[in-house]
Amino acid sequence: MKREGKKLIWDEYQKEIADDNYFYVRSCVRQNFFPGAEKTFLRYMKELGRNVFENPSHTTCSGIGYHSDIVPFETAMTMVARQFALMSEAGYENFVTSCITSFGLYSEVLETWHHFPEIEEKTRVHLKNATGREFNKPKNLAHASDVTFRLRKEIAKAGKYRLVNQITGNPIRVVEHIGCHYSRMFPSKGVGGAEYPYVLVGMIEEWGGEVIDYPERRHCCGFGFRQYLVKANRGYSISASKKKFDSMKPYKPELILTNCPGCPMFLDRWQYTISEMEGTTYGENSQGIPVMTYEELAGLILGYDPWDLGLQVHQVPVEPLMDKIGIPYDPEKKFLDKDGNFMGKPNSPAFLKFY
Amino acid sequence: MIDFGYTLTRDRQLDYDRGDFRFLRIVRAMEPSLDVCIGCGSCTATCSAGHFTGFNIRKLHTLIQRGDNETIKAELKKCMFCGKCQLVCPRGVNLRNLILAMNRAIEQLG
Repeated sequence: MKREGKKLIWDEYQKEIADDNYFYVRSCVRQNFFPGAEKTFLRYMKELGRNVFENPSHTTCSGIGYHSDIVPFETAMTMVARQFALMSEAGYENFVTSCITSFGLYSEVLETWHHFPEIEEKTRVHLKNATGREFNKPKNLAHASDVTFRLRKEIAKAGKYRLVNQITGNPIRVVEHIGCHYSRMFPSKGVGGAEYPYVLVGMIEEWGGEVIDYPERRHCCGFGFRQYLVKANRGYSISASKKKFDSMKPYKPELILTNCPGCPMFLDRWQYTISEMEGTTYGENSQGIPVMTYEELAGLILGYDPWDLGLQVHQVPVEPLMDKIGIPYDPEKKFLDKDGNFMGKPNSPAFLKFY
Repeated sequence: MIDFGYTLTRDRQLDYDRGDFRFLRIVRAMEPSLDVCIGCGSCTATCSAGHFTGFNIRKLHTLIQRGDNETIKAELKKCMFCGKCQLVCPRGVNLRNLILAMNRAIEQLG
């Protein structure tokens, strides 16, 4: 194939991402799972000179209930319409979501309204009757990882560190994991589409790391909502994660990078659970494979304090990765809160190496 | 080990890179009619041992192709060697010799 032809085809896999003035909506669950991630996003957006607006009246998009078969689609559409109303009232047009499932739901709702305008009209009536609000649809819908992807060169330029092993000089070997709701439902809404998701790969390459391919790269992390929400079903969830770990282990990854609320949660926590179930660990020397969100990684690259990023609440310790990159950290401060008070220290796992 | 109230499900993925195909090569050399099987299952339907033990010759054929030799070893012990399977086979596969060949292959490979 001619190089020009390849470029033309690749252009079709790109999406438009606004450059400034974002209306940001947080996730329901991420502040519990990885509490520093969203704060870090807002911090580097501010430092990079971008305007991000939040409205405290923002609620759940209802995606988690919708995908758990609890919330009907009509209700979900009205909830989404209300979020758009908040954006319109604040005078913004670029809608940015923190959560992948929200991003998937917003995409699904906009696509539904595009093909069935009468449903959009019905939703407008529902919202008006329920809240008295009206809304404009966003001109640009992006996930926060899209925005970070767009700013990846600026982050690299402003960064203090690169994804390079300081001892060997080799790039850090990174496995990337894209959330299912990012581009699988609507491929044109994601960078690289469903076939070649490039949003995390672009960050890793720009920040100096090496992307590792492995057989189960596109397998689901195992969250799957119904697989996890009912305790008796969690065997399905953890087995799906184990399938990925078993597949990636021979390639010796040093980091798993994710852009979804559920994926880092389960790829991180299930490593502990598997180790306690059968004594298996997936990193070097009884360590696990550290799992990070793109915001946390961007924060590390930019030189933020690891404990401000919330890395102390990860189940798999991130210290081995920071040692490799040469990022300084104070172990004494790991379990201190922002006011310097001791938060308590978790018990050491039986098999997974703890710091 | 901690009991979390749920368990890991064994991965049922077939990885052909991990199969041991030495067994298949030996058996195929000893009984080439193995390759004309159409997997109809007549052998299994008429199997005397199958009524009591769950022995399944068609499954054995699949296991050989997958290189899952450990399961074959355990299964082979169930055959009563009556030969009814051979009588009903529409393709004329010499099934008794196939069972013999498998046992010999086990002896060879240890």
